[in-house]
Amino acid sequence: MKITADVGRCVGAGQCVLTEPALFDQSEDDGTVIVLVDEPEGVLLDHAREAVRVCPSQAISLSG
Amino acid sequence: MTEAVRIRPEQFPLTRECPFSPPEEYRGLRDEAPIAKVRLVDDKWAWAITRHEDVRAVLSDPRFSADRTHPDFPMLTRGGRLRQEGDEKPLISMDAPEHGPARRAVLGEFTVRRMEALRPRIQEIVDERIDAMLAGPRPADLVRELSLPVPSLVICELLGVPYTDHEFFQAHTTTMISRMSSAEDRQKAFEAVQSYLRDLIVVKEGDAGEEDLLGRQILKGREDGTYRREALVAMAFLLLLAGHETTANMISLGTIALLENPDQLALVKADPSKTLSAVEELLRYFTIVDAATARRATEDVELGGVTIRAGEGVLALGFAANRDPEAFENPDDLDVERGARHHVAFGFGAHQCLGQNLARMELQIVVDTLFRRVPELALAQPVEELLFKDEAAIYGVHSLPVTW
Repeated sequence: MKITADVGRCVGAGQCVLTEPALFDQSEDDGTVIVLVDEPEGVLLDHAREAVRVCPSQAISLSG
Repeated sequence: MTEAVRIRPEQFPLTRECPFSPPEEYRGLRDEAPIAKVRLVDDKWAWAITRHEDVRAVLSDPRFSADRTHPDFPMLTRGGRLRQEGDEKPLISMDAPEHGPARRAVLGEFTVRRMEALRPRIQEIVDERIDAMLAGPRPADLVRELSLPVPSLVICELLGVPYTDHEFFQAHTTTMISRMSSAEDRQKAFEAVQSYLRDLIVVKEGDAGEEDLLGRQILKGREDGTYRREALVAMAFLLLLAGHETTANMISLGTIALLENPDQLALVKADPSKTLSAVEELLRYFTIVDAATARRATEDVELGGVTIRAGEGVLALGFAANRDPEAFENPDDLDVERGARHHVAFGFGAHQCLGQNLARMELQIVVDTLFRRVPELALAQPVEELLFKDEAAIYGVHSLPVTW
């Protein structure tokens, strides 16, 4: 499974970073999402699913 | 389902009958007419949305406008909109494409990392306030001693507003958000705070530094040529208002709920790592800005078998959504171990609360520190006798006598 982030949709709420800081970070400048690990596995994959669920702008998705 | 539903007292917003429960009608609406036409205080009609899934759908759909200055925007208070000649739309009233860049201009100030950097200072503020409370007489009013000063000090420091002026803000913001205030008083309070902030920003323009948010915004705006004083006044106003009244009320209500649910409090005390999920649960459980997420349809939208017409108002009721059994099992129980992060207490979509991670951190630090330092904390007045803010746009409690 691969994480895709749409920076154009992102509103910088930081919910992904709160869910799993090993997978996501925020730009210092405008707060938008930075994906740190593209293809999470194991428990990190579960956390990525939770991040997708709580993202308020539906800017991150999992596919593949 | 498309027929207008008549409900007590046929006027939105409804008030809570029990301080811990949504208005009784929410359950009926959610079960029987989750997208229902209801009458507002100004006798206009709007669609009340009560299911979690639908509330999230509305708030993340750009066909619903957040522009509160539009005459068709659903009004929840009598007496018209607060406006001043020439004032700017606040962030919460902007739609795309105006909203994204404006939010991003200030978002760097509210990232998770930036908030984390504030943690030691917030901890210090909380400890100082608890020291002061413990040194004073019993019972103490927790609202006055802790709930209000903590977020107030934090937001004043963050913005660069002198804390010595906080009583001025508290008095005026209370007037502004109370549905009991006259239209004239609300307008006066609004203008007083606007002009205070304008004066403060003019002073900062002369000596803008990196040490506070307003100074940084002035410098950043000048650097990229986007600086406009009135836009910063509107931003400062929004942050100050939101920073004063929301977290303060959550601190008080959260304390009451934990004291009233000793089994839940015991879980948090036994394992401080549970504070994170406890705070999310308290946010869900109270949803203090229930109807703040109103919208206006800009085109016809099909939702759950109903056609919402262009121009019609929509109330995405967060409190109803946060008690939806489809989204939260046994939703009326306070369960600090519940995974409640998908609650909509901070809204959803492009406008989800900008200060949410600051609010989370303040609440976590207060819950942790208060019950660790004052383990014998108890209400000094029965819950039934407390005066809750039934008349305010932001729910809370006026005072909270506690002892230890």
